[in-house]
Amino acid sequence: MNFPILSSLILLPIVGALFLFFTKDKDENNLTAKYVALFATIVNFLISIYLWISFDQTTSSFQFVEERVWIKDFINYKVGVDGISILFILLTTFITPLCIVSVNNTVKNRLRDFLIAILIMESFMIGVFCALDLVVFYLFFEAGLIPMFLIIGIWGGPKRVYSAFKFFLYTLLGSVLMLVAIISIYWISGTTDVIALYELGIDAKYQNLLWLAFFSSFAVKTPMWPVHTWLPDAHVEAPTAGSVLLAAILLKMAGYGFIRFSIGLFPIASEVFTPLVYTLSVIAIIFTSFIALMQEDMKKLIAYSSVAHMGFVTLGIFTLQQQGVEGSIIQMLSHGLVSAALFLCVGVVYDRMHSRLIKSYGGIVTIIPKYSILFMLFTLAALGLPGTFGFVGEFLILMGAFKDNFLVAVIASFGVILGAAYMLWLYKRVVFGKLVNEDLKQMLDLNRSEYLILSCLAVPTLFFGFYPEPLFNTIEVSVTDLINMHNLNIASK
Amino acid sequence: MDNLNLVLPEIFVSLSVMFLLILGVFKKDSSQLTFNLSLVTILVAIILTVNETFSLNRITLFNGSIVIDQMSSLMKIITLIGAFLVLGISSTYLKSFKIFKIEYPILILSSVLGMMIMISSNDLMVFYMGLELQSLALYVLASFNRDQLKSSEAGLKYFVLSALSSGLLLYGCSLIYGFSGSTNFDTIANQLTSNEYALTFGIVFILVGLAFKISAVPFHMWAPDVYEGSPTTVTLFFTMVPKIAALTVFIRFLYVPFLNLIDQWQMIIVFLSIASMIFGAIAAIGQTNIKRLVAYSSIGHIGYTLAGVATGTNEGIQSSIIYISIYVVMNLALFSCLLMLKRNEQYYEGIDDLSGLSKNHPLLSLSLLIILFSLAGIPPLAGFFAKFYVFKAVIEQSMYFLAIVGLLSTVIAAFYYLRIIKIIYFDKEKEKYDSDHGIWLKFSLTFSTILILLYFIFPSQLIEMVSRIIII
Repeated sequence: MNFPILSSLILLPIVGALFLFFTKDKDENNLTAKYVALFATIVNFLISIYLWISFDQTTSSFQFVEERVWIKDFINYKVGVDGISILFILLTTFITPLCIVSVNNTVKNRLRDFLIAILIMESFMIGVFCALDLVVFYLFFEAGLIPMFLIIGIWGGPKRVYSAFKFFLYTLLGSVLMLVAIISIYWISGTTDVIALYELGIDAKYQNLLWLAFFSSFAVKTPMWPVHTWLPDAHVEAPTAGSVLLAAILLKMAGYGFIRFSIGLFPIASEVFTPLVYTLSVIAIIFTSFIALMQEDMKKLIAYSSVAHMGFVTLGIFTLQQQGVEGSIIQMLSHGLVSAALFLCVGVVYDRMHSRLIKSYGGIVTIIPKYSILFMLFTLAALGLPGTFGFVGEFLILMGAFKDNFLVAVIASFGVILGAAYMLWLYKRVVFGKLVNEDLKQMLDLNRSEYLILSCLAVPTLFFGFYPEPLFNTIEVSVTDLINMHNLNIASK
Repeated sequence: MDNLNLVLPEIFVSLSVMFLLILGVFKKDSSQLTFNLSLVTILVAIILTVNETFSLNRITLFNGSIVIDQMSSLMKIITLIGAFLVLGISSTYLKSFKIFKIEYPILILSSVLGMMIMISSNDLMVFYMGLELQSLALYVLASFNRDQLKSSEAGLKYFVLSALSSGLLLYGCSLIYGFSGSTNFDTIANQLTSNEYALTFGIVFILVGLAFKISAVPFHMWAPDVYEGSPTTVTLFFTMVPKIAALTVFIRFLYVPFLNLIDQWQMIIVFLSIASMIFGAIAAIGQTNIKRLVAYSSIGHIGYTLAGVATGTNEGIQSSIIYISIYVVMNLALFSCLLMLKRNEQYYEGIDDLSGLSKNHPLLSLSLLIILFSLAGIPPLAGFFAKFYVFKAVIEQSMYFLAIVGLLSTVIAAFYYLRIIKIIYFDKEKEKYDSDHGIWLKFSLTFSTILILLYFIFPSQLIEMVSRIIII
């Protein structure tokens, strides 16, 4: 048996958290706590880079698979990665250290506990992306609620209690139906092992109901219209690092779930429910873009833009075309980077002025030029300017959509325009214009750590915008096989 | 002559009770001695049970009126361990109320004896005898803090209502005896050919009585008042130990003599289960006293346990037993925390008293966090697995309605558990509580919290132990 690299990825943050747990939480110790957490997450990132390098891109079968008996004759602890999941793991391990660097500006009290929560969160998220057993997946998927609930509730803004409850109960409500479906799959097919289920297939007469049960969970988590309302609240109240985790990684769990489980396990039902997903996605794209236009709170605006972007993702996945699915994966990755960066940008000005309202800013380009440049880069990436990462995904999704359904694609294309509208308008109102608020003159430009974080995010945003090839090489074979398997299943039906 | 070794634990406990009673009467100031000897008695009883009966398959004794099988051994051991820990924790609490008397351990012992008889009973008469023995001891325990009005009220209320339910139960027994000609479970099962409808009446009466004992909706009215009024350690005892015994009888009564009538009773159990789950979840939301809240939450948890019983399969029974075992551990942990909320010899039991606990007592709050999330059934904590097994068994029988209602009510229940967590973690802090606690309290809290937290690493052991229980 090889070195259990995936399990160590999952375990390392927990070990770090345990270590932190036994250090004393004093003010002078905060720095130590931060270094410990940073060390654990950076090592984790390096391991995942190694994982990516040694990953065999020519096959779609799962690699680095580990399997252990967990509950005898019932569930095996099984993890593994393919071309789709490995990139999400990379995203997770890349974003988490940045979150940890960003905390010294945002989190004032109980820093140690905050870092523990973030580390545990990272473990669970990596677990979600490499679980190859439905029950193990569910376990990680749900367990992430606990640290996120605490992150929002303890370190959040004034309405944090309401938001934390809303977040927790909404997502829990969505997930319990998935649990029923998972247990049903066990009794129908005799296993919850994903690889075995791919081969066995699930009886067509059960697929629709099971698909809906999974959908209820993923739709809430994505979030899709009309169950997206928890997201703006959670984002607005969460501390910056929490918003970043939420936007960059948590939302991707559902998109990943759609690809891995909804399409993979229920091909026939996915075909049946495509119109439903299309409708909801298009509504999400158009409707929430309009809502985003009307927002006065910067964080809320970006939260709504997340909903719109995730609308593109679900649209792309259910085109069930090569381009569409690849585009969705790329879109999720780019949204992971860009939305994280945007939330951090909002965090930067919020830390200085303690206001998230757009109208309290304006004309800051002369005061903090470095910030304004980086903010512009991410704004442009968010609206999908060619040459930025945001463009690649959106373009592919629309290409896939045009192949599948012309009308939907046309409507969705309007979303791109709206996206440009609200993002540019936001940028204009915050950065350009006349300097009205005198307090703004005292603002300092980016400090070292902020500069570091935003540059770390800017580099891949530009790099993969010009040269997304390495990512495509990784996902290509897996996606092709997924689509082929899907088409085969449909044909045999 | 039957092999008396098999009932050695019961014989030993009953002799000890008599001995301790005499000791207590004749020796002055012997409460500490009685207390310690009772602990020893329970320990010995545990060892005897493990030695004499644990590996045995089904054996009946005394003309089939007592049965020793895997279920009875396991449930007796859980009962005894539960009683042992409760008794251990009690001393500090009782001392601070100045009710540390010889009667307390003796009453606990005699109620445990009653439960052991219940668990092993294979005959309506024996079962009733055991039930009354434990109930009588519990009435007195509920009103043990007799100087307090609430405690006396709790005892009286429990006595009146429980006596009523015992009456119904006895009426059911007589009906069954009248129509089947026997009180023995096996004999009834063999003669179960005619008069099914008449027997159903008997079953319903007995079910009402039993549902009262485990406080399933709609026979739960007594629980909140009694739980609130009784001394906290007695409440802990109420929420843990009698439920195990009553659940065992529930299972044995339904599955041994009346398995063929499953069509008649299954709907009743499903109703009890759904009603308890929903009511327990909703009624707990408005509570301000933790003990009352626990009463409602225990009603909800009984609902989940009954969901397993309703399936009519061995897997269902096993899942119920797993559920109740994990539930007992969670309750032990919760009450250990509750007993730590002490300041200047005064115990606090309002939910608001937990406000901001995490600032001054980070470890205690962390334990509470784990316990409450586990009670809410969030993975990867033990409470999730308890629910998981139950719903696995329920869905195997295609009882989707029960499963979905059950899981939706966990979402409602999650709300009030979250509310407590919110108060502990998000609210303003209050005065510090004492931090020097007895070794018993510390031990039981650490032990049970670690069990809850790390259960997911070794889930197989409990399942293997329980999977040997085969009733049908």
